[in-house]
Amino acid sequence: MQMPSEKIVASTDLYSMKSSTIRTPDAEARPVRVKAREVCVFYGPKQALFDVSIDIPEKAVTAFIGPSGCGKSTFLRCLNRMNDTIEGARVTGRIELDGDDVYDASLDVVELRARVGMVFQKPNPFPKSIYENIAYGPRIHGLAASKAEMDGIVESSLQKASLWDEVKDRLQEPGTGLSGGQQQRLCIARAIAVSPEVILMDEPCSALDPIATAKIEELIDELRENYTIAIVTHSMQQAARVSQRTAFFHLGNLVEEGPTDQIFTSPAEKRTQDYITGRFG
Amino acid sequence: MNTALVAALLLVLLGFAYQMGWSRSRSLVTGGSKLHSRPSYHGSLAAIWALLPALLILGLWALLGTTATRAYIIAQLPPEIASLTGADLAGAIARIRQIETGFGVLGETAPWENAAAQALREFRLLTYAVVLAAAAGTGALGLFMARRRITARLRARNEVEGVVRVLLIGCSVVAILTTVGIVASLLSEAIRFFTFVSPVDFFFGTVWNPRFSSVGSGSGDYGLLPLLWGTLMVATIAMIVALPIGLMTAIYLSQYAPPKVRSTVKPIVEVLAGIPTIVYGFFALVTVGPFLAAIGNTLGIDIRATSALTAGVVMGIMIIPFISSLSDDVIRQVPRAMRDGSLGLGATQSETIKRVILPAALPGIVGAFLLAVSRAIGETMIVVLAAGNSPYLRLNPGEPVSTVTVTIVNQLTGDTDFASPQSLVAFALGLTLFAMTLVLNVVALYIVRRYREQYE
Repeated sequence: MQMPSEKIVASTDLYSMKSSTIRTPDAEARPVRVKAREVCVFYGPKQALFDVSIDIPEKAVTAFIGPSGCGKSTFLRCLNRMNDTIEGARVTGRIELDGDDVYDASLDVVELRARVGMVFQKPNPFPKSIYENIAYGPRIHGLAASKAEMDGIVESSLQKASLWDEVKDRLQEPGTGLSGGQQQRLCIARAIAVSPEVILMDEPCSALDPIATAKIEELIDELRENYTIAIVTHSMQQAARVSQRTAFFHLGNLVEEGPTDQIFTSPAEKRTQDYITGRFG
Repeated sequence: MNTALVAALLLVLLGFAYQMGWSRSRSLVTGGSKLHSRPSYHGSLAAIWALLPALLILGLWALLGTTATRAYIIAQLPPEIASLTGADLAGAIARIRQIETGFGVLGETAPWENAAAQALREFRLLTYAVVLAAAAGTGALGLFMARRRITARLRARNEVEGVVRVLLIGCSVVAILTTVGIVASLLSEAIRFFTFVSPVDFFFGTVWNPRFSSVGSGSGDYGLLPLLWGTLMVATIAMIVALPIGLMTAIYLSQYAPPKVRSTVKPIVEVLAGIPTIVYGFFALVTVGPFLAAIGNTLGIDIRATSALTAGVVMGIMIIPFISSLSDDVIRQVPRAMRDGSLGLGATQSETIKRVILPAALPGIVGAFLLAVSRAIGETMIVVLAAGNSPYLRLNPGEPVSTVTVTIVNQLTGDTDFASPQSLVAFALGLTLFAMTLVLNVVALYIVRRYREQYE
């Protein structure tokens, strides 16, 4: 067996973790952005996640799939410590972002969340203008020194989220007045505006119609060129369409992870097979 | 008329009609037909049919009975008495009524008086029986009609629901009519007041000195401005105390406090709203006033124990739970998604509160604030005891003041003559107060309503 280098998805230590996850490395190794090792999450006395270890490669989309309540969203929210905001949630194990321990006391959670952006299940624009929605993040992080610079950030973020052409003439109108799909792209633009390295998406299309969903999926595919993306989705088709790697969660365990086409065509685990073919879930 | 007897009769009628409608429709079911409405609706419909005509007759008698009896008494009087007018006639009629009840009257009773009283006694007994019989008869007739109408296809449920709807509309009309009535009485009395004092002198006068009529020498000065000034000063001080404390309490409770602390602290804060205002009043008088005066002493500022400051501070304490409870609810209504969105962008909790949650909740908070202000303006007992009752235009909050509410209390306590401007001015003051709080409430409601649409 060849020894993969440190920057490869299937880093050696991943195989020595305690868990029964079945892993298939990519044919062509990608550098790793986020590393999770033996992550457990507890909500009060209840354990929601059991020893999840995974590498998330850069400039690729990693999809987390699995039946409701399997822990995929919980795991996603560990990556930018959004679980901190939930009463009684406790996380053990180790998560690294470019080698920095995310849960280390010396790491500022504010800085972490600027590096790891998040898009939520339901579009949640602030009840402010479109412009102010985008400018919110850069403003709290002091990213723009002048009005012109801020205008530039707003324009480029909206362009990256392919929303600019639709809203450029009404930047001062409330963001809540946009359609659902536009709102979700506004939220993506808002996340992009603070130039994150990683973007987490928690079922970003579950509240949208098929046309808006197609647009978002197209956008995710474009964003992949510059960002590391992790997406939770209930739609197997969506995972198959947008992601390069797929991780299947079941009852708080990471059952199987590997290249998307391999997971969907020849899963190694029976549970993965059953879920993908719709036998449960 | 014996009310208990009438009520008992109506209840029996009601129960009987319900039972009859119920069993009649039940018998249709056993007869094999399928009912449109359940038997209980048929019962209710029969009860309504029986009760409505009976109530109508009784209501008519309640309206017209007094007039009819009066006309009958006059008809019994000798012509020379009946041709009397005004107080003399009323006196004669009252005497006869007195004799009839058997309580006796002053002086000897004339034979014609006794005769009239006797006739009245018979008349009353007769009308009593007739009205009761008419009520029972129409009730029975209604019941009979209702019973005949009962068929399997009768839409009893729809009809009962229609009646219930009319009843509900009637109840809400009562509230509206009460408001209209209060405004009308305030208005008419205030207009009477303005026949004594010109509105210009009232609304723009700077001197408040209503000499009592016993003192003579004119009617005094009725300038509203010193009172309005006092009211606004006390309310402003109250809001300066209540707004920051209440709002920060709300922010702590809704955003920072663990659920356990919140569920303990919130009810305790709300207890403040349940303390009777008179208790706050003597708290102000006995504790806060002397305390503030002592502080003033140490600082070298002259603060009187009963002053705008004392009343305002205590009123502010009283209002804290209004602001904190309402704002807490409003802040918690801001969707969690807003908060998560902001936190997810790397905002700290305080940035999230300042930049997202408070702006989103602002209309609701403003609504809460305005409701609290209208409460402060209308508050009476605290200012009666603690503001010092001194209706002069003064800038210094350490001096005693008087407010609109206190003045109303002063003008209406003790011997009052409702034909003099000294008493009537209370209605003009009440009207002013009502207009102020009404405007505040309307503005508050408008703002709160606009806010509601935002997240739908």
